Amino acid sequence: MRLAFREALRAFQRSPVLSALSVTTIAFSLFAFGLFGLVALNLRNALQQVEDRVEVRAFVAEGTSPEATSAAVGDVALFPEVASVRLVTEAQALERARRELTEFEDVFDAGILPASIEVRLKPGLRDPETVRDVARRLRLYDFIDDVRFGEEWVENLYRLRNIATGAGIALGVTFALVALIIIGSTIRMAVLARSREIVIMRLVGATDGFIRAPFLIEGVLKGTLGGILALVLTWVAAELTGRWVMEVTWFDPQIAVAGVLAGALLGLLGSAVAVGRHLRKV
Amino acid sequence: MIRFTRVSKQYTRGGPALEEVTFHLRRGEFAFLTGPSGAGKSSILKLVYIDERPSSGEVRVDGKSSVTMTPREIPRLRRRLGVVFQDFRLLEDRTAEQNIAFALEVTGTPHAAIAPRVARALTQVGLSSKGTALPHELSGGEQQRVAIARALVNDPLVLLADEPTGNLDERATRGIFQLLRDINAAGTAVLMATHDLDLVRDTGLRSLELNKGRLVYDSGADNQEGTL
Repeated sequence: MRLAFREALRAFQRSPVLSALSVTTIAFSLFAFGLFGLVALNLRNALQQVEDRVEVRAFVAEGTSPEATSAAVGDVALFPEVASVRLVTEAQALERARRELTEFEDVFDAGILPASIEVRLKPGLRDPETVRDVARRLRLYDFIDDVRFGEEWVENLYRLRNIATGAGIALGVTFALVALIIIGSTIRMAVLARSREIVIMRLVGATDGFIRAPFLIEGVLKGTLGGILALVLTWVAAELTGRWVMEVTWFDPQIAVAGVLAGALLGLLGSAVAVGRHLRKV
Repeated sequence: MIRFTRVSKQYTRGGPALEEVTFHLRRGEFAFLTGPSGAGKSSILKLVYIDERPSSGEVRVDGKSSVTMTPREIPRLRRRLGVVFQDFRLLEDRTAEQNIAFALEVTGTPHAAIAPRVARALTQVGLSSKGTALPHELSGGEQQRVAIARALVNDPLVLLADEPTGNLDERATRGIFQLLRDINAAGTAVLMATHDLDLVRDTGLRSLELNKGRLVYDSGADNQEGTL
């Protein structure tokens, strides 16, 4: 094992340019994937924020007794889809309107705005169908005048979310494949550069396992270095975007570590495939 | 020790390389493989170190049969053979010592045992003062000596030499040939492929002549039967 490590490090020493090129190629392939991941993550967060605002508002008819409204609020809170329910009285509605729409501050008179029941749904249950169903059930109360939830807006939001998810998966798989192919070719180049050594090793009776070991170590080292470099590049890109364009959410530490490990794994797999193919050929 | 029994080798591209070749090389023997280019000399050597398997017939090396040998057994067999080539096949970025040590390292020789064995092999080939030289700092003859030292360092039963003097001038050729004879005199069998008939002539050594993949002459044919 010590010899395998020594040989792997020797490969770095002997052809520093080729090794640097391999690490850079791996880094840039993973960087492209990382950038895509960052865009996907931030898009998901943005959509999540918008989705958090999905709300069903049921307007209470004038003159409804507070008891009836409170009972309805209690019932609605028990719906399995519902995360929270809030009763907004006429006075509260007026105050909010004045606060949010300052230019009309003087226009609003008491009693102009009805009381309402505001319902927020649990995450994952904010699709148009569920929202529509909750609205339908709210309409069943005879003291409810009208129910609004921005039907078209919710539908558009969901269409956008589905498109983003589909495109995200397709692009993610494509980027991952491209990274895999580039990494595989890079490592194959390194293996070919040392084919003479492999021939000699075989000639003097080295086992295939022994021949493979330094290449696998080399692959893991290159993959790990490439992964770290890609992470640094992605971080720089996120920082720059954060400074000049818009605030960007960075990966969780676990995801960052997983990214580096994925680099190491890609390096290992790329090496295993490249050296395996080469050994079968010579 | 090396026994070919009706061995034929057919390549998918290029047609037959060997046809029905039968011979036996005994322990400690020296034999030439002669014949024009493409006669099948290299194919015979490749079959001995199991770089190739015969299309038909059987090759037995040190009691192991090409028919039953598993891929895992091949490295073990190769450790008992030494192989040298016309183009030396040295690692250019390693010194003579490191090239020789490489053969021991990859076969798991204990670290402490490597240096003395390398020094002994270098002395054996007459290069004890050039251990730290890189291949490009050595002449062709010296590079071939390093290659021979690498082949010898594992104390092989047989040294397989594929045109070892093909790239050398006459003086270096004689030197290498004498070295191979000395190695043989010390007990290692030698099977040397060459198309240099001047080298073979008058040596009194056994010669196996190939032509178009067939063994057309074997000067040791009268004395074929021996111990395996």
